[in-house]
Amino acid sequence: MKSQQSFKYVFLVLLGILILCFILNLSLGSVSIPLDEIFSSLLGGSTEKSTWHYIIIEYRLPKALTAICVGSGLGVAGLLMQTLFRNPLAGPFVLGLSSGASLGVAFLILGAGAFGGVLTQVLIGEWSLVFASAFGSFLVLLAVLALTFKVRDTMALLIIGLMFGSLTSALVAVLSYFSNAEKLQQYVFWSFGSLGNQSWKGVSILGIGVIIGLFLAFRSSKSLNALLLGENYAKSMGVRFKRTTFTIIIATSILAGTITAFAGPIAFIGLAIPHLTRQWVTTANHTILIPAVLLLGAIVMLICDTVAQIPFSEQTLPINAITSLVGAPVVIWLLVRKRKLLF
Amino acid sequence: MAPTAIHNVLKATALSIGYFHKKSPLKVADQISFECQKGQLIGIVGANGIGKSTLLRTLSGMQKKLSGAIYLNENPLENYHTLDLATQISLVLTEAPNSKNLRVQEFVSLGRYPYTNWLGKLSPKDLEKVDWAIQLTETQNLISKKCFELSDGQFQRVAIARALAQDTPLILMDEPTTHLDLYHRAYLLKLLKKLTQETEKTILFSTHEIDLALQLSDLMMVLTKDGFYYDTPSRLIAEHRFQELFPEEIIVFDTQTGRFTIKD
Repeated sequence: MKSQQSFKYVFLVLLGILILCFILNLSLGSVSIPLDEIFSSLLGGSTEKSTWHYIIIEYRLPKALTAICVGSGLGVAGLLMQTLFRNPLAGPFVLGLSSGASLGVAFLILGAGAFGGVLTQVLIGEWSLVFASAFGSFLVLLAVLALTFKVRDTMALLIIGLMFGSLTSALVAVLSYFSNAEKLQQYVFWSFGSLGNQSWKGVSILGIGVIIGLFLAFRSSKSLNALLLGENYAKSMGVRFKRTTFTIIIATSILAGTITAFAGPIAFIGLAIPHLTRQWVTTANHTILIPAVLLLGAIVMLICDTVAQIPFSEQTLPINAITSLVGAPVVIWLLVRKRKLLF
Repeated sequence: MAPTAIHNVLKATALSIGYFHKKSPLKVADQISFECQKGQLIGIVGANGIGKSTLLRTLSGMQKKLSGAIYLNENPLENYHTLDLATQISLVLTEAPNSKNLRVQEFVSLGRYPYTNWLGKLSPKDLEKVDWAIQLTETQNLISKKCFELSDGQFQRVAIARALAQDTPLILMDEPTTHLDLYHRAYLLKLLKKLTQETEKTILFSTHEIDLALQLSDLMMVLTKDGFYYDTPSRLIAEHRFQELFPEEIIVFDTQTGRFTIKD
């Protein structure tokens, strides 16, 4: 088909931009490092100053890779939810997955204060944060899954997702009322979201989670296309509906769960990226949309991170503030210009 | 009319349809028995809520029957796996696709779902079938439009094209003439007639256009409160089956013209 061919250029352009953004992201930061030094440290060569090598390999590179994982993973998770729930406003946040993750972390950080003393030291480590977050989103996922088969109405399901979000913030508010200022600050910083300070071990776990999620998503792309026609049509064309739904929800929760655990709740990427992608890639075919969303998500996240870093300055802005500043106007612009969000 | 060894595309015996409500069955209609052969156009008529859609859903395997038996190509319907069934029965539903972003070309191509690989890539044969379906339904000028830009009449034709692309011996249509004006209703039913004649597919469609259906259908199913009737239109008229469709105080069926008229 003609259309299949013309999308090749879109992919090439997106890939080119991604590489540019990746290099830009690596080269900008509080310390200015010449471009050729960046390449030589990436390729394992020696650098003029050993600190430069350290900054690139131990700080900027993990951060850039995290940005790529977060952007592509959340973008695709949003796309999956929009198709599955037949709602252009769906996303990992709307479904309450990220709220669940937040609640897990809130219980860990804020609740740990209640045990006091030695136990607190044991409980609050990098790893326990990850598990708390993944466990929280998994619990919400189970609840949503149970409701999927009980409530057929997708609109009701979205509202339930929103209610999960409200419940979570209420519980967090209660927890924070009883916790001390130090713990509260720790939680608030996590909830700002952050791409930096990831160990290589953390990045590889994140990478594995995202790759598994993306793989499951891409495997389902044919069924996702059929789901665009609605449940009944999809079934009549041979889609095993429950199995497909289950795979899609698992893929989304793996993506959202792992990402939230490592980077905190990142807003708007899951919602805005699929819509932005549809502006250029005018197809509903998921075999094309998924890779395109993946690339654009990574690009936008790298740009957001570059901006958050405030080049040549010591300051770093919370990444969540930047994604909201970018994402919210995009959604409003699409609504005003197109009058409706298509999916 | 019947040559030797009739091959029944679809057959039902003593079928009872309805819903399971909290484990107890809620019967909508029963004693449904019929046989459909290749190339027949079969209209299903009945008052609102009498069970036309339930019947179509049950026949398509989307809804469980309460009792009785359905045979597809002489094999019990429940023996078919989802994907096998998709190569035997295609549907034209009243619902529009969920996605507003879907182009007509993509919509029709999705009919090839049961035949394509895991990526859904269309082979030359698939493309050929899609083109054939588009040509038969005269939708060539619509292929680059998005589904939500179509009028109701255009969309029905595209929905039929999708079902044709699925290339099944049997097509079930739920009220394909709803929301259409008189011209488009007649156009659409003539198209269905043409399809059954040219492609030898069997088409079952439910409709409220009793007078049009009478003129074009080979056979008709009449669902009334008192029972299920299946016969040729002329014999159904002779047996006064259409009088039983609606309460007689407002409209009556004129056996001469084959139309309903308002009672004075």
